[in-house]
Amino acid sequence: MEYEVYIHVPFCLRRCGYCDFNTYTASDLGGGASRGNYADMVIREMRTVRRWQIDHGIDEPAVSTVFLGGGTPTVLPAADLVRMVDAVRDTWGLEPDAEITTEANPDTVDADYIHELADGGFTRISFGMQSAVPHVLRTLDRTHTPENVTAGVRAAERCGLRSSVDLIYGAPGESLDDWRTSVHAAIDLGVDHVSAYALTVEPTTKMGRRIAAGTLPRPDDDDEAAKYEIADDLFSAAGLQWYEISNWARPGRESRHNLGYWRNVDWAGMGPGAHSHYALPLDGAAGGRGEDACGIRSWDIAHPRMWGRKVTMDEVPWQGEETIARDENAEETIMLGLRLREGLGLDHLSAVLGRELTSDMFRPVLDAGLAVLENGRIVPTRRGRLLNDSLIADCFEICGL
Amino acid sequence: MAKELHNKPGYTDQSVIRNFCIIAHIDHGKSTVADRILQLSGIVPEREMRDRFLDRMDIEQERGITIKSQAVRVPWTFDGTEYTLGMIDTPGHVDFTYEVSRALAACEGAVLLVDATQGIEAQTLSNLYMAIDHDLAIIPVLNKIDLPSAEPEKHAEEIAGLIGCDPSDVLRVSGKTGEGVADLLDQIVMEVPAPDGDPEAPARALIFDSVYDSYRGIVTYIRMEDGELHSREKVHMMGIGMTHEPIEIGVISPDMTPTKALGAGEVGYIITGAKDVSQSKVGDTLTSAVRPASEPLPGYRDPKPMVYSGLFPVDNAQFPELREALDKLKLNDAALIYTPETSVALGFGFRCGFLGLLHMEIVSERLSREFGLDLIQTAPNVTYEVTSEDGKVHHVTNPSEFPEGKVKKIVEPMVAADIILPKEFIGAVMDLCQEHRGQMGTMEYISTERVEMHYRMPLAEIVFDFFDQLKSRTKGYASLDYHEDGEQSADLVKVDILIQGDKVDAFSAIVHRDKAYSYGVMMTKKLRELIPRQQFEIPIQAAIGSRIIARETIRALRKDVLAKCYGGDITRKRKLLEKQKAGKKRMKMLGHVEVPQEAFIAALSTDEPTDRDTKDKIRAAQKKEG
Repeated sequence: MEYEVYIHVPFCLRRCGYCDFNTYTASDLGGGASRGNYADMVIREMRTVRRWQIDHGIDEPAVSTVFLGGGTPTVLPAADLVRMVDAVRDTWGLEPDAEITTEANPDTVDADYIHELADGGFTRISFGMQSAVPHVLRTLDRTHTPENVTAGVRAAERCGLRSSVDLIYGAPGESLDDWRTSVHAAIDLGVDHVSAYALTVEPTTKMGRRIAAGTLPRPDDDDEAAKYEIADDLFSAAGLQWYEISNWARPGRESRHNLGYWRNVDWAGMGPGAHSHYALPLDGAAGGRGEDACGIRSWDIAHPRMWGRKVTMDEVPWQGEETIARDENAEETIMLGLRLREGLGLDHLSAVLGRELTSDMFRPVLDAGLAVLENGRIVPTRRGRLLNDSLIADCFEICGL
Repeated sequence: MAKELHNKPGYTDQSVIRNFCIIAHIDHGKSTVADRILQLSGIVPEREMRDRFLDRMDIEQERGITIKSQAVRVPWTFDGTEYTLGMIDTPGHVDFTYEVSRALAACEGAVLLVDATQGIEAQTLSNLYMAIDHDLAIIPVLNKIDLPSAEPEKHAEEIAGLIGCDPSDVLRVSGKTGEGVADLLDQIVMEVPAPDGDPEAPARALIFDSVYDSYRGIVTYIRMEDGELHSREKVHMMGIGMTHEPIEIGVISPDMTPTKALGAGEVGYIITGAKDVSQSKVGDTLTSAVRPASEPLPGYRDPKPMVYSGLFPVDNAQFPELREALDKLKLNDAALIYTPETSVALGFGFRCGFLGLLHMEIVSERLSREFGLDLIQTAPNVTYEVTSEDGKVHHVTNPSEFPEGKVKKIVEPMVAADIILPKEFIGAVMDLCQEHRGQMGTMEYISTERVEMHYRMPLAEIVFDFFDQLKSRTKGYASLDYHEDGEQSADLVKVDILIQGDKVDAFSAIVHRDKAYSYGVMMTKKLRELIPRQQFEIPIQAAIGSRIIARETIRALRKDVLAKCYGGDITRKRKLLEKQKAGKKRMKMLGHVEVPQEAFIAALSTDEPTDRDTKDKIRAAQKKEG
């Protein structure tokens, strides 16, 4: 089994109107959680978590991937990012070919910064490009220009770092042609990995409030479906294969870190609001968590000040945790596996569920054109990707969940 | 020297008895005034009043509606003589007119209690006329005179005009402060005639109410007309022909007090071993099994259900629970009838007959609240006589019983509707009644401000949401009363609704041909809004026979996927899917189509089309017909 580390950096220079992530624009969030000593706090949390793991009989192997997300990790000095990666190596060990990624805002990095990351062991940068169309960027409250993105990608290339770009489609006012423009721009950058997300409006965000008040039009599912198909066609034609619903890559250039989430591996999340996941052995030797306990999920306190206080006391700064029972584990296996090009392995699912599943049982979703069967795996079709919730619900029913 | 008067329970001279009831609209303060009477008479000490009142509420909440003081024996001294007042409760609503008429038959007088801030309401007026028909002495009273918004002068005038008395004869009381209540009791003694039954004749008693009490069984309230009943004497119900051994007879004053006998003119109760209220029917005559009377008291008949509707458990596994719950309600409600029914769309349920809309609402609310049942109720339906071309007559209480093929004649039940309203709404109410095929009769001013309008209307037009619309078009000021008024033949058709080409029996309706198009267009549009998009396209059609009159299409769902599902999203996403799974369980599967419960409720309202698209579609459908 693989083991991954995620580090959340809850700082941004400004908040975008559509974003509901756990991030703050102030530089000092109290409780020791300020930009200046944030890396030290995270490093301290690593030590505490490592101790908790050992106390609970969880002995993780060397880390195979590290991912810094946010927020905007690149508002911290590059040296801080490198120090946190060094601490991962010191705490758990790091595989020699580990994938080490940071998210970056195109206007917060320059060539020197990227150079420092490359020297510090980073292998990948994921740029928040979002769109190549100025009026769409404005609607999304993004401050960078399309040129910033090109500069960043070129700089990364020169340092031997792989680049990925994120795109968002379905913003109010974005036409189909606007979207084609953005997709072509991403392809023309020559990156080997692209994530494209339908804009999801959360009611608590500024954009959510404007839509509820009727001053912005609500994103339309049919429009987003059309844009998804455009993206899938254009990326495929350019040699970028879909490997997860919202992710396309040149074969071999997939994000190993993110694949880990969908394959339900173990990971430790550091930083306010970060989640962690540990599988438990299927034989039920899970120390008082019930006979069908299959895993643990925990999440750090979201508020940086409260989080910081716990970290300073060398306590695991969790807000909560849940034991994942057998059926829940099966549900997660299904809903995550069905997002992937590699699909959902029926043998694996049978083992998770504790009873034999046959491909015949999945006839209804195959007949409905939602999935195909490939070497004992249920693989979603494009229709099954767009109607993924329906596909998942049907599979739950088939599995008696 | 005058003969000494007997006045104790079981042995009371008729000359000192005064039996009366209180006619009042809901919220006009009947119970407050009744409580005040109990307190003034001294049978409930003042310091206990509050506690008792609260107690009673608790028990009523706990045990339903069975504990009300249905008929209390109240002592009242006037001019040096102690009288016995029999205070008889009357149900407050139009649906229970039959029970009201039985209560009136048990009295010689009626207190007409009217809220001095609101004036008389249509249902009160209809009960008042019924009391006048029964030759009851009417004592008009305005209540709530303590309120600043009371207008006693104005409403006294109104009442005086209705019953032909002098406005100054209208008493003014406040149940809240007790003002005027003693005068009211004096007035009852003076105005209400004493009973004049024959104390020597074979016993005859009128059953005017009958309730199921989970501790005591069936408690039957009776008014003795002639003769005497004794505590160990077998009784015979003349209408249903059953004989019972009484377990107890007595009077309520204010608690149940057993007595050895009940004599002519007295009001009391009898407990027999009867299992449910149908074995002790309101309106029946009770006599002695040993020395029976030859003729029952007049006016025995079963109340007839006027409105039918299907009740189906959302989860068909709850069918046995629904049956059990209906059986339990029936113990207390002889008027409720039900037979098992199977719907293709909704599975197993019951076809239920009700006295009227309120009765229907009460039953359905009690089923969900007291028995925790999740039910789908189909649109209410009246009883039609449908003659098919071959001359066969069908008794249709459900659209699914409507005969296929050509129909020769359809007869529908009619009601006489009385509506009281402030005069500024006359135009609005005329429009509303006309839209509902009402034929206007007379109209009277009951005061300078308010009128009573009389309409003859098809019952079917009232059972949908007529009352709600009446309230909304008159800002809540109009009140409605209706009673059966024969039948008429009418040009009615059955409109079917098809989802994905399959007829959904629960949505079929029998409507007037003029309204068929609007029903079809409105229903298909409503369903298009209410049924969520699914993986495939769903055509929704309305049809008369094989002819499609309206069509809408629910486009296939193209996308439901969540864009992002990374480490921190997994728990939330799983919980969301679990919630959706639970929501799906509350949907009804019609073929492959998931239909939410709201869709079935939508069929229960008939609001007028307002938007252009709907109006255009209705016109287009009508044109095709022409």
